[in-house]
Amino acid sequence: MNRARSTAVPASENVLSKALRGFGGALRNQGRIIGASGLGRIGAVIILFFGVIAILAPWLALHDPWETLRDASNKVAIMRPPSWDYPLGTTTLGRDILSQMIYATRATMIIGLISGVVSIAIGANIGLMAGYYGGKLDEVLMRFTDIIYGMPFLPFIIVLISLFGRSQWFVVLAIVVIIWRTSARVVRAQTLALKQRQFVSAAKARGCSNLRIIYRHIMPNILPLLLLYTAFNIAWSIIAEAGASFLGFGDPDQLTWGGMLYDLWISGKSRVAWWWFAAPSIAIVLLVSALVFVSRAYEEVANPRLRQR
Amino acid sequence: MLLDIQDLKVHYATNQGVVKAVDGVTLSIGENEVVGIAGESGCGKTTLIKSLLRLLPGTAAVSADRLAFRGRDLQGLSDREFRKQILWNEISLVPQSAMNSLDPVYRVGEQVVEAIRAHVETPRRQARERVAHLFDVVGLQASLMDNYPHEFSGGMRQRAMIAMALALEPSLIIMDEPTTGLDVLVQERIIRKLLEIRREIKSSILLITHDISVIAEMSDRIGIMYAGRLMELASATDLFEQTHHPYTLGLKNAFPSIKALDRELISIPGSPPNLIGTLAGCAFEGRCPFAVSACASERPAETEVGPSHRVACHRLGDVETMRIQASEKSTWQSSKSAA
Amino acid sequence: MAILEISGLTKHFEVDPGLLGRVLSGKHKQTIKAVDGVSFEMQPGEILGIAGESGCGKSTTCLLISKLHEPTGGTIRFKGKDIAEFDREALRNYRRAVQLIFQDPYESLNPRFTTFDLVAEGPRALGVWDREETARRVIETLELVGLKPDEYKDRYPHQMSGGERQRVGIACALVLEPELVIADEPLSMLDVSIRAGILDLIRDLSHRLNFTCIYVSHDLSILSNISERLLVMYLGMAMEIGPTDRLIRNPQHPYAKALVEAVPVPDPRYKRPIPAIKGEIARPIDPPPGCRFASRCPQVMDACRQDPPPAMREVEPGHFAACHLLEFPAAEGATV
Repeated sequence: MNRARSTAVPASENVLSKALRGFGGALRNQGRIIGASGLGRIGAVIILFFGVIAILAPWLALHDPWETLRDASNKVAIMRPPSWDYPLGTTTLGRDILSQMIYATRATMIIGLISGVVSIAIGANIGLMAGYYGGKLDEVLMRFTDIIYGMPFLPFIIVLISLFGRSQWFVVLAIVVIIWRTSARVVRAQTLALKQRQFVSAAKARGCSNLRIIYRHIMPNILPLLLLYTAFNIAWSIIAEAGASFLGFGDPDQLTWGGMLYDLWISGKSRVAWWWFAAPSIAIVLLVSALVFVSRAYEEVANPRLRQR
Repeated sequence: MLLDIQDLKVHYATNQGVVKAVDGVTLSIGENEVVGIAGESGCGKTTLIKSLLRLLPGTAAVSADRLAFRGRDLQGLSDREFRKQILWNEISLVPQSAMNSLDPVYRVGEQVVEAIRAHVETPRRQARERVAHLFDVVGLQASLMDNYPHEFSGGMRQRAMIAMALALEPSLIIMDEPTTGLDVLVQERIIRKLLEIRREIKSSILLITHDISVIAEMSDRIGIMYAGRLMELASATDLFEQTHHPYTLGLKNAFPSIKALDRELISIPGSPPNLIGTLAGCAFEGRCPFAVSACASERPAETEVGPSHRVACHRLGDVETMRIQASEKSTWQSSKSAA
Repeated sequence: MAILEISGLTKHFEVDPGLLGRVLSGKHKQTIKAVDGVSFEMQPGEILGIAGESGCGKSTTCLLISKLHEPTGGTIRFKGKDIAEFDREALRNYRRAVQLIFQDPYESLNPRFTTFDLVAEGPRALGVWDREETARRVIETLELVGLKPDEYKDRYPHQMSGGERQRVGIACALVLEPELVIADEPLSMLDVSIRAGILDLIRDLSHRLNFTCIYVSHDLSILSNISERLLVMYLGMAMEIGPTDRLIRNPQHPYAKALVEAVPVPDPRYKRPIPAIKGEIARPIDPPPGCRFASRCPQVMDACRQDPPPAMREVEPGHFAACHLLEFPAAEGATV
C-alpha cells in the first residue's frame, strides 16, 4: 500500500500563498489528468496552439485583417491563392486570410470559452440545487429546463437581432441558453446519486448546512464530470457560433471563423476559392476535436473503468 | 482423495509488479469431509477457490506442482474439457453474496433449470422435477420455483443458490462466505440444513469464510490462510485446542464469544503485508509478537505437529510459552503501529 | 437526570403507488412501520447496546435520535428538552452534542477530503473555533484515536486501510466533544483481527471523555462485550431491555432467548441448540395487530395475536420484557 508523503503545513503561512499553492496544485492536477490520456495530450497541444495564437494575435498577424492589400505591382490582391506573400491567400476584397484567421481565432475562442463556462456554471448550479433539494424546487427547475428544451436556437437569435440589433453577445446568449440544459440534467442525476452516499449523511450529522454540503462535499465529487462537460460545451459553442455566423446572424464587425465562411458564401466564390474555405473549416474541426479529446481524458477520470490497465 | 492441491500459486501481473495472491498452498480434501479455510480480507481464499474453478481473469497465472481431482490431473484439461466435465458436475460453487447472484428478471426455478440444462441434456420437465426435489432438500417449498428473486428473503435466496450448486450431484461443493450478510437466526438455519444435506448426499464441502464461529461449527478440518499462504491446517478440535500458530492464537483472541463475557478481546495491530513482490520470510512476521530474525529472512516450512496437523512457523519449539503469552494483551501491543 | 429519554418513538413510511399504480398493479397503500412505539432512557456515561436482526428498526432509531430523519410520532428528549422543538441555535448545539459513527468506513468519508479536512469539517461547519484552535483540536483528536497526526493528516481515504478509516470516522465524531455518540455497526465491515482494537478504543474513549454511547449491532457477541445495558428490538418494537449480563444469561422474551441461543461460538465442540422459533422474519409492512413476534413465537397464545402488543414489565430490577407470558408465569411452556 503506498503511503503518501506527508507535507507539513507551517502554521504561519498566509492565506494568499496557500491559495496560490492550491491553484497551482489544481492546475498540475489537470495537467496530470489530461496528460495521462494519449488523446488528451494531442488535444491539449492543439488547444494550446490556438490559445497562443489568440493571445498573441496583434503581434502575430502580418496585416490588418480589414485592410485591402495591394501587391508589389500595386494591384489590389483580390482572390489570390496561397503564396509566399499571402500564406493562406486573400479574399474578394483583397484581405489577407492568414491575418483574418489569426484575429478570428481570438474572437472564436473567447466566444467559445465564455459560452462554455457560463453554460456550465448555470447548468451545474441548477442541477445541484434540483438534485439536492428535490421536491418542489426540483420540479420547478426541471420543468423550466424542459421548457428551455423547446427553445430553438436560430429563431431566438433572429428575434434578439431584430429587437436589439446585431452583436456577438447575442450569439453568446443564445448559445448559453441552449446548452446549459444537458449539463443541468446530468449534474442533477449525479447529485441524486451522491446525496444518498453515506459521507453526505455524515456531513449532515457533523452540522454542515445544506449549502455547505452541496458546494463543499458534493461538488468536488462531480468535478470530473463538470470539467468533461465544460470541454464539451466549449466545443459545442464553437460549432454553434460557426453555424450562426455562417448563416449571417453573427456580428459583422467581429471576425470569427464562422464569419469568414459567411463572407465566403456571400461572395459567391465558394466553389473557386478553396483556400478561403479550407482555413476556417480545418481550424474549426481541429479545435473542436481537440476539445473532445480533452473531454475524453476527463471521462476516463469520471469513469475509471474506461482507463486501460 | 477427492482433491489434491500441491503448492498452488496464483500470481497476477500488474502495473506495480507481480501480486502473489496465493503463494504456495498445499491442501487435500477427502471424500465426505468439510474443509474450512478461514482468513481475513486479502488473504487469498477467494482467489484460491476461483483458481480451482478457473474463474480468474486472464491476467492471473495459475501454477501448481499437482492439481488433481480423483487422481485425474486438472491442469492438463483444456478450458472446454474442464467446463464440460468438472465444472458443476463434479465441483460446484455457491459464490459470495450468492443472494445477489440471481438474475432479477427471471423466475428462480427457471434459473436453476437453466443451470442444469446448460450442463446436461435433459428434457425441461425432468429438469423441473429435479429442481423441485432440490428445493425440498434445501428447505424451500417447491411452489416457490415460480417466484422472482425479489420475492425471496436473503436466506431463501441463499438456499436457492445452494440448490443450484447441488443440482448435478457434485462430489465437491465450494462455498464462499455462505452465511455472511445473513441474520444470525437465518444463518443458523442454513448451516443446520447444510450439515443435514451433507449427511444425506455425502458430498465434500470446501468452505471459506472470515467467521471463525461458523467455520468451527461446520468444518471437520480447518486451514488458516494469511497473505496467500497457509499458516496452520488441522482438524477443527485440534486447531482450537492445540493451537500452534501465532496468527491462529491472535484470531482466537480477537473473536468475542457470548459464552465468555469476561474475556478480554485482543486485536492484532498492523495490517497484512503488501502482496506485491517477494516476501522473503514468514508472511506474518510484521505483526507477530514472537518473531525472531529467522522469521524475516526465511520462509518457514510446514511442519507436522500432530496427526494431519501442519503449521508453518519457526518457533514451534516454544509453542507452550507462545500460547500463554498470546492470551495477554500486553504481548500484542508492543511495537506495531495502529491498525 | 436521564440524558436521553425516548418515548413512544415512531417512524412510519407511507408507500403509495398512486391512483395509476393501484389500478394497474392492484397494490394498495402500505405503511412500513420501521419503528413503532419504542421507549427507553439513558443515563449519562452509560453504553447501551441495541440488538436485533435486519428490519428491526435499530438503524432507523439511530437516524431519528441523531435528527437525520424526523419521527412520525413520539418524543425524544435530550437533557430534558424535546428535540422536535429546537430552533436553529438549539439545533446547532444538538448537532455538536450528538454524533454518529458510521458502519461503512469506505463510504462515510468523502473521498476528496484529506484526513485533516475530514476531522476539521465538523468544527468548521459549526464555526465553533478559530483556525488555530481547530487545527490544534484536530491534531489532538487524531492522536486520541491512535493515528499519528504527521503521518495521517494529509492522507486521502483511499490511502488508508479500513481500520484506519474507521479511526478517522471516530475522530470526526469525537473532535466536537459530543455528549452522546451513536455507533451504528462500526465493526461489521472491518477485519476480525482489528475489530477488538476499535472496540477497545470506543470503550476507552467513552470512559475517558465521559460520553454516553448507543452501540447498534446485530452481533450479540460484540454487544455482550461492550454494552452495559442491552435493548433487543424486533420489527420496530422493543422486546426486552436490561443489564447485558442479566439479559444474556437470563433472557425473558422468547425472541431474545432465541437470539441468544443462536449466537455461534468459536468452539468446534459447541453445538447450537435448534431454535424453537419458526418461519422467516417478516417485513414491517402493515403488520397485523398484536405482538409483532406472534407469528413465530413457540409459546404464542391467543392473547398474543388479538390483544395489543404487551407493555414492558419489570422482571428484575432494571430488566424489562414485553411479553404476555410474564403475566402468567405458570403458563410458560404452554402452546396453542
